[in-house]
Amino acid sequence: MKFIEYKNVSKTYSNGITALADINLVIEKGEFVFITGQTASGKSTLIKMLYREEKPTRGTVIVGGLNVSKLRNGRVYKLRRKLGVVFQDFKLLPRLTVYENVAFALEYMGMKSSDIRTKVYKALEQVGLKDKARSFPRELSGGEQQRVSIARAIVNEPKILICDEPTGDLDPDTSKEIMKVLESINKDMDTTIVMATHDKEIVNRMKKRVITIDNNTIVSDVEKGSYKVHETR
Amino acid sequence: MKPVRIIIRSIRDSFKNIIRNFSLSLAAILCATITLMLVSVSMIFGANVNQITEKVESELNIVVYMTKVTCKKDNSSCNVEEEEEKIRTNFESELEKLDLIDSYTLKTKEEWKEEMSKYNNSYKEMFEYLGEDNPLVDSYTIKVKDAKSLTDVAKFINSINGVHQTKYGEGMVEGIISAFDIIKIVSFGIVVALVLVTAFLISNTIKLTIFSRRSEIEIMRLVGASNASIKMPFLFEGFLLGFLGSIIPIFVTIYGYIVLYFKLDGKIVSEMVGLINPFNFIFAVSACLLIIGTVVGMFGSIRAVRKYLKI
Repeated sequence: MKFIEYKNVSKTYSNGITALADINLVIEKGEFVFITGQTASGKSTLIKMLYREEKPTRGTVIVGGLNVSKLRNGRVYKLRRKLGVVFQDFKLLPRLTVYENVAFALEYMGMKSSDIRTKVYKALEQVGLKDKARSFPRELSGGEQQRVSIARAIVNEPKILICDEPTGDLDPDTSKEIMKVLESINKDMDTTIVMATHDKEIVNRMKKRVITIDNNTIVSDVEKGSYKVHETR
Repeated sequence: MKPVRIIIRSIRDSFKNIIRNFSLSLAAILCATITLMLVSVSMIFGANVNQITEKVESELNIVVYMTKVTCKKDNSSCNVEEEEEKIRTNFESELEKLDLIDSYTLKTKEEWKEEMSKYNNSYKEMFEYLGEDNPLVDSYTIKVKDAKSLTDVAKFINSINGVHQTKYGEGMVEGIISAFDIIKIVSFGIVVALVLVTAFLISNTIKLTIFSRRSEIEIMRLVGASNASIKMPFLFEGFLLGFLGSIIPIFVTIYGYIVLYFKLDGKIVSEMVGLINPFNFIFAVSACLLIIGTVVGMFGSIRAVRKYLKI
């Protein structure tokens, strides 16, 4: 099933800079996909189109049957409730506890407190942080903080988990831990994972589908791939 | 149930936010307090001035002196009383036609004679000497509905048959009325200006509190909070800040005005220049302060939030 589809997607900014040129890409449900490339290759922009942080200048992006590129601004929040996004800088609220951070999104949906409790603890268990529910982000290590972010991203059981350089601020060992968590989510929850990264080690180790972007276009798309570096620079 | 839950959580969040950013919140509340206090003073001053000017204006009368009726000795068909009666009837019917007149009172020459006799012995002697003849004339005291029409009404009355003279303090009256008008406009202008200043100050302070929470707002957006649910806590926060800012002015106003009123015994200088009675007036002013504070607080929030919500 064509779960995520990019059709002839291009992105040019008003100052003339092209971020993406004619991207065509299909991702099936349940896949684990790496989007790799040098910095400023356009991989972040590609990812951002999935949760409408960016809009393509040409082409369409379809997620779960919904044309997200044509979505009205006022409706974008509904889309984001069905996705989970994890960032390089964690984006946790320092004044809230781990529990409150994860519950954050659900509170704004008007969910019942009892339902929120169940979901939050389920998510925390999935990432292995159940006993840190009352801690504050500043009391946690980098890896633990990222796990909290992941928990927040999966708390509402989204079909897609989007990761924008999630291991960027972490050391290699912690990065491995995080990848384990992501892999378990992919397997246990059947969540499609789309991850942008320039971490060679991880990509080479995990042998998942690797899509390489260079010079604003897709230059390779390989199942069980490895990190490619193009010499055209 | 869902929207109710969101609203309750928003209110709870706004309390938390005010306490968490306490020094900024306090700044906003103090700004509102000071300005609303000034607004209160202006409103009370303006309302009292208004009442006083209205009272003074209502006391402005036109005094009309009728012409002296005389009959030639050899004219037997001429009767002074009858003539005077005719003139009075005609005059009163003309007055009745005029809508601008509130009321009029007649003081006959006999009444004048009695009053003047009582007032001064030498007048009494003079009247006794004159016997039947009464040299005085009838007069009317006329009250108009609108002090601005005094000049025109006086002119009209002057043209009526049988009127000798109209007096209404011309020159001075117009001066008083225009002075009062200026006072009214100026005090209203001050109130409006102060309300705008309060709005600006609260809006600015809330902009600062929102600015300090922009990372939080960004996360709310990314995590899928609707624009409405992001704005709501800030809306309540603005409402609360305005509300809290109006509490002290309200108490000071109620207590202060009652004390002032009873100290001055309800009047300044004389009975004529009376202060407005506290009860109900004071509560109306308090209600105004509350409404101004909370509405202005909310507008301040909304404006500030709109700047930081993209999409």
